[in-house]
Amino acid sequence: MTNRLTTRFAELSAYNRAGFVAYMMAGDGDSQALLNALPAAGADVIELGMPFTDPMADGAAIQASALRALDAGMTLKKTLDQAATFRKTDKSTPIVLMGYANPIHHMGWDKFAKAAGKAGVDGLICVDVPPEEDEDLRTALDKHGIALIRLATPTTDDKRLATVVANTAGFVYYVSTTGVTGAGTGAVTEVSEAVARVQKASGLPVAVGFGVREPEQASAIAKHADAVVVGSAIVDAMHEGGVTGATDLVKRLSSAVHTARR
Amino acid sequence: MSETVSADTRPNALSAWPDKKGRFGDYGGRFVAETLMPNILELEAAYEAAKKDPDFKAQMDLFLKDYVGKPSPIYFAERLTEEFGGAQVWFKRDELNHTGSHKINNCLGQVLLAKRMGKTRIIAETGAGQHGVATATVAARFGIPCTVFMGATDVERQAPNVFRMKLLGAEVVPVTSGTGTLKDAMNEALRDWVTNVKDTFYVIGTVAGPHPYPAMVRDFQSIIGREARAQMKERLGRLPDACVACIGGGSNAMGLFHPFIEDEEVRLIGVEAAGHGIETGEHAASLKGGKPGILHGNKTYLLQDDDGQIIDAHSISAGLDYPGIGPEHAFLHDAKRAEYVSATDDEAMEMFQLCTKLEGIIPALEPSHALARVRDLAKELGKDGIILMNMCGRGDKDVPQVARMLGVEL
Ligand SMILES: Cc1ncc(COP(=O)(O)O)c(C=O)c1O
Repeated sequence: MTNRLTTRFAELSAYNRAGFVAYMMAGDGDSQALLNALPAAGADVIELGMPFTDPMADGAAIQASALRALDAGMTLKKTLDQAATFRKTDKSTPIVLMGYANPIHHMGWDKFAKAAGKAGVDGLICVDVPPEEDEDLRTALDKHGIALIRLATPTTDDKRLATVVANTAGFVYYVSTTGVTGAGTGAVTEVSEAVARVQKASGLPVAVGFGVREPEQASAIAKHADAVVVGSAIVDAMHEGGVTGATDLVKRLSSAVHTARR
Repeated sequence: MSETVSADTRPNALSAWPDKKGRFGDYGGRFVAETLMPNILELEAAYEAAKKDPDFKAQMDLFLKDYVGKPSPIYFAERLTEEFGGAQVWFKRDELNHTGSHKINNCLGQVLLAKRMGKTRIIAETGAGQHGVATATVAARFGIPCTVFMGATDVERQAPNVFRMKLLGAEVVPVTSGTGTLKDAMNEALRDWVTNVKDTFYVIGTVAGPHPYPAMVRDFQSIIGREARAQMKERLGRLPDACVACIGGGSNAMGLFHPFIEDEEVRLIGVEAAGHGIETGEHAASLKGGKPGILHGNKTYLLQDDDGQIIDAHSISAGLDYPGIGPEHAFLHDAKRAEYVSATDDEAMEMFQLCTKLEGIIPALEPSHALARVRDLAKELGKDGIILMNMCGRGDKDVPQVARMLGVEL
């Protein structure tokens, strides 16, 4: 499958540059403005959070952000609308939706996949749908050219890794620590070994995330990974400093990632 | 599991689920974050091995008898029978178990399994605190450190149980996210488990969660139905016309129902919490007021809005205050093998007092819900009928809350 993700990772690889993946929550603050501003601030890929009432794998920052978004009236349909609005002016930056199964299931796997495809979405990370349960969802996404992105974690041994990387596309998200989002990264040496293992097993680019907050950390990981994901720190910056606060942070983080291999 | 049908003897039997993927028909499954998948698979393998191990069974049996106090009796509630003016009302008295509810049947099984697997830390979620107390109790007995997650709202309304858990050496973590009730406690327990996967065993308190929990908890709770079925036969020479139990996540109900599933003449009736009334939207009746969805590791009926966001449940009873229901109940509901009805807060309060006055048994608020529907059913079945209700917990824990609601200062 070639879509914007494949193209973007090929470009990054051609420049021998690690990518920066910025996570933000749809509906928390002026999220349309932040979404539109992220590419210019240095985001190579955007992960757009779909708010859910019960985010079991998220830490305090993203939990609170999701609840703020829902209180402000955000829905899955409106999240897709924001992606569609973004896509009108940006034709190249991949958008990966990230969230939980129930709102998607409630809309219907097929209906969701169709709507997401139409909105110009490139990938989906569905945190609580492991490979054992994703056949129907994957079939629906395939029809609309959307990559189902899987997570590998420190608990993923070689046997499990084969299951995780089968039928996946776009990139693999390596969760650098056992824990919830925002919890802090694993040791850099362990991360670099894991990234190599996942790259080899999947033949796909590997993005590393969970707990990266500072440019120094991001830079250290960018030496070994194809991309670095930052979520909680951006969500906090958006809450505290609005679009300017969040884009300032994204600029610092992305420049650290982009220059890490020089 | 002697009396139940197995997949080998009757492949399509309703009692023979789940399948290998942990599905009860379309419900159940393993909807968890990837970090937990290896743990879930390890647990499944360990449970399958333990089930076949005579030493494990012998250890369970010994502790069930000497520590929990099994078997619990069945009891003819003669004065309630008179009051209701119809069928005979019998209680399965699981409130007489050590720690005061059915919850310990399951905790014992899971903690023994945790020990077998070499796990060194126990976590649990709790609503009413009964599951938390039972887990803390068994963890104390086996010397395993225990952390219990409890919604901040529940910490307040179930203060006696919080203190009991602390006396038992458990750490109680009040959960303030969401509405601070059972579902939030479960979210927080899952977050802890994702963080401490290697050494921690998560003791889930009801027939929900990812496979193998719904099947495993049901198996551990099925002692309720196995005992009761044999006791009814011995005392009355026949099976009851109906088995009735309250439903939060559905563990005491499934424990009672499962050994009767193949007895087609026995009606199985689950009573959900209707809170202020289903029409008000403030209730905890997932089957009556919910739709199929995915939460906490399984596919089942959930209270949710048009966007698939989970709606907070409401019930006077902290143990029933959950927006989901075990997947096997969803399955039995759709297959029409079991019937699901509901009782309001007010009805539960009324039955709590009635049962106490007439039988000298203070029921927990949870089974008080079941009793409200037993009243109707007794009239419907008439004098020849026999009803077996699971008295799954005693009401000591609820006394302060009931006093407050009745305007009595203690
Ligand atoms: C006495 C009692 N009954 C019932 C329940 C509800 O759980 P379940 O539906 O799993 O039996 C609880 C839960 O705390 C309880 O304490």
